Amino acid sequence: MQSKLKKLTKYQFFWPLMVLLLIILINGIISGGSFFQINIVDGHLYGRLIDILRNGSKLMILATGMTMVLATGGTDISVGSVMAISGAIACCIIDGRLLPSAGGSVAVAVTLALLAGLACGIWNGFLVAKVKIQPIVATMILMVAGRGIAQLVTQGKIVTINSAGYYYINGGYILGLPFPLYIVAFVVLITLLFVKKSAFGLFVESIGCNSTASKFTGIKVDNIKWAIYAFCGLMAALAGLIESAGIKAADCNNCGLMIELDGILAVAIGGTSLAGGRFSIPASLIGALVVQSITTTVLALGIAPEITSVFKAIVVVIICLIQSKEFKEMLTKRFAGKKGKAVAQA
Amino acid sequence: MSKENALVQMSHISKRFPAVIALNDVQFELKRGEIHALLGENGAGKSTLIKVLTGVEIRDEGTVLMEGKEIFPHSPLEAQEVGISTVYQEVNLCPNLSVAENIYIGREPRKAGHIDWKTINKNAAELLARFDMNIDVTKTLDSYSVAVQQMVAIARAVDISAKVLILDEPTSSLTAIEVQKLFDIMRRLRGEGMGIIFVTHFLDQVYEVSDTITVLRNGEYVGTYAAADLPRVELVGKMIGKDYAELDKSAKENRASKEAGELWMSVRGASTTGIADVDLDIHKGEVLGFSGLLGSGRSETARLLFGIDHMEKGDVTIAGKKVELKGTLTAIRSGIAFCPENRKTEGIIGDLSIRENIMLALQTKRGLFRKLSRSEAEKLADEYIKKLEIKTPSQDQLIKNLSGGNQQKVILARWLATNPDLLMLDEPTRGIDIGTKAEIQKIVVQLADEGMAVVFISSEIDEMLRCCGRMVVLRDKKRAAELTGNEISEATIMQYIAGGVENAKQAEEVN
Repeated sequence: MQSKLKKLTKYQFFWPLMVLLLIILINGIISGGSFFQINIVDGHLYGRLIDILRNGSKLMILATGMTMVLATGGTDISVGSVMAISGAIACCIIDGRLLPSAGGSVAVAVTLALLAGLACGIWNGFLVAKVKIQPIVATMILMVAGRGIAQLVTQGKIVTINSAGYYYINGGYILGLPFPLYIVAFVVLITLLFVKKSAFGLFVESIGCNSTASKFTGIKVDNIKWAIYAFCGLMAALAGLIESAGIKAADCNNCGLMIELDGILAVAIGGTSLAGGRFSIPASLIGALVVQSITTTVLALGIAPEITSVFKAIVVVIICLIQSKEFKEMLTKRFAGKKGKAVAQA
Repeated sequence: MSKENALVQMSHISKRFPAVIALNDVQFELKRGEIHALLGENGAGKSTLIKVLTGVEIRDEGTVLMEGKEIFPHSPLEAQEVGISTVYQEVNLCPNLSVAENIYIGREPRKAGHIDWKTINKNAAELLARFDMNIDVTKTLDSYSVAVQQMVAIARAVDISAKVLILDEPTSSLTAIEVQKLFDIMRRLRGEGMGIIFVTHFLDQVYEVSDTITVLRNGEYVGTYAAADLPRVELVGKMIGKDYAELDKSAKENRASKEAGELWMSVRGASTTGIADVDLDIHKGEVLGFSGLLGSGRSETARLLFGIDHMEKGDVTIAGKKVELKGTLTAIRSGIAFCPENRKTEGIIGDLSIRENIMLALQTKRGLFRKLSRSEAEKLADEYIKKLEIKTPSQDQLIKNLSGGNQQKVILARWLATNPDLLMLDEPTRGIDIGTKAEIQKIVVQLADEGMAVVFISSEIDEMLRCCGRMVVLRDKKRAAELTGNEISEATIMQYIAGGVENAKQAEEVN
């Protein structure tokens, strides 16, 4: 039993999962159980936990792309802006400002928005992998310029739309569960299949650990990095669609604002090193849910808006401490100091 | 040998790590004005003993006396305060700071609250002048060669505290001339009464400069000897505990009885930024050596063949077909494998397991989508761990936790797994203990016997003589000579490396 538990703790997602359960448990206790309540209305599931899942879906999708970017030792801080671009393009097409010939088709809007995100990712990948600009600088270009591009698309306006088909992306239900969850499941499944069934995951980890040596083993380091940034752009565009479908409009200034930091935080909580190397997408998903549930907690506990960020910061510090190997060793040493010495003597 | 002369006395030192006993009741004594070589295979406990002395590791048992007083350093800084400085194998300075800044970092002289740059630069220049180095100390450290950087590190160490100087593999990235210069400095410091502990794998250097030799094996103290009284063969025997001469002999016999196989690869007029107009034929079943100084083009030729460096002009034919070597993957798929010179930066992928490190090249050869299954990879790793006698508790062990020799074996396994026609090894035994060194040499010769073409590059002529059946000597980016069979001798190689063809011919005539 003990050995089984020990084996379990070795999985990268173990500690993030513990943190998530802890946060939910604390919420449950404070709310007197109502946090766990799930109601069925019109065959749809409602409740705080469902909210976390639905609102966390954007972050989970972003984290999927971000995980591999960080695993190569890079970063992508343009995802928020890419979300804005994708939302702007989709809404403008549905609204008919853009491509009136498409007749406001949701399919065309979604396809073109995703392609735009892919193009943004390819641009980032080009700068990082081929031109060799430092990732944070390379993606900062689009982070700053992206919102401008989105403004150009919407001609500086907030474009509100009226399309039941488009609303479905965020508000739809299948078998009682919100539609965004199915998007997450689909994306993650495809990604995991690709990463695990091909050698892609191995190559990414190898690049993250030592990119020079990886090149010497024949890995096409540049191409793989490029593909990863492109994928990250695509994921950001998908998240942008969910966001704009949720607010039923394209808001270039606020869509995905600062979400890149939440995305990086989610991956970090998931235990993937920002220096690159080993990564786990499931762990990042749990990380995303942790970040989302902190946000939900803030709302549920009715914490004053002035101190929201302080509260978030404290929670993040605690999470980081729980996951820090050095901190855990420090604790073990303190509590088992004498015992440990005795073992060493023997 | 009076007690007063002793600088450092370590006795009954033991250090245990969770899985191993690194040191067991080891003793060591360093006198004033002595160069003391500390020898042993990897894992013998040399580094641990040094670490105990310098406060990086805390000893479990034993006493350390410094000039008769017991010391117990808990950090390198504390060790420095009592007069023990260390210069490590890799230069531990900041390449982007100036030479003077590097020498005074952390202890800058101040004047009225500001750093006194004038004094820093003046003192640094004076200090280096003592070491016969007249360089611009305001230039950044990385604008100088590794050798100069190493000297700067030593100058800094001596300047900080000047009683005990520990040199941990200081010569592994230096050329022969630079090594001589280092030795001059060591002798001078010895003359000034300093005690120097010298850790190295190069036995020639041990005999050239050391007064005393202490040998460790498997964490145990073997003995301390005066260098003059200990024949080399005996020393090697003490270090590895088996008969080295035997291994040596068998390798030599192998070489003598070999004939060149069919032509596999030929290169005509190849030029890159590192080599000019090089012609080359590589045959199956031979060990071809590239000799030359650092930067002569020996590594650069290998890099070209592996598709790392861009070929500006020239033709390459493999097995009768013309090929364009563009990128490492093309080279791998053409049947070429390459163990690069810098194991740490270009070879191992530290945070991945041994299994993953082994499977990597075969995986890229197969392509992204034809993934090796877990069981295939495990079988592969098991096979090579057994075949190459890689010492590890399991194939899940991270490669960075292995010793240098075992890491090199893993890299070798990585390439053997791709079943190459041509295996190129650049300094495969650098920084590796003698036992593993001999094993790797044996494997190289064996592979050639089985029909593989092997290119072998090493700055140790000894090793080249033992392994190579044919040798190309490079000088100044160009091919200087080709030697076969009995022509290969230390003298001839040295002449070609150093002198130019005319000089070499003259030398031959004189002989």
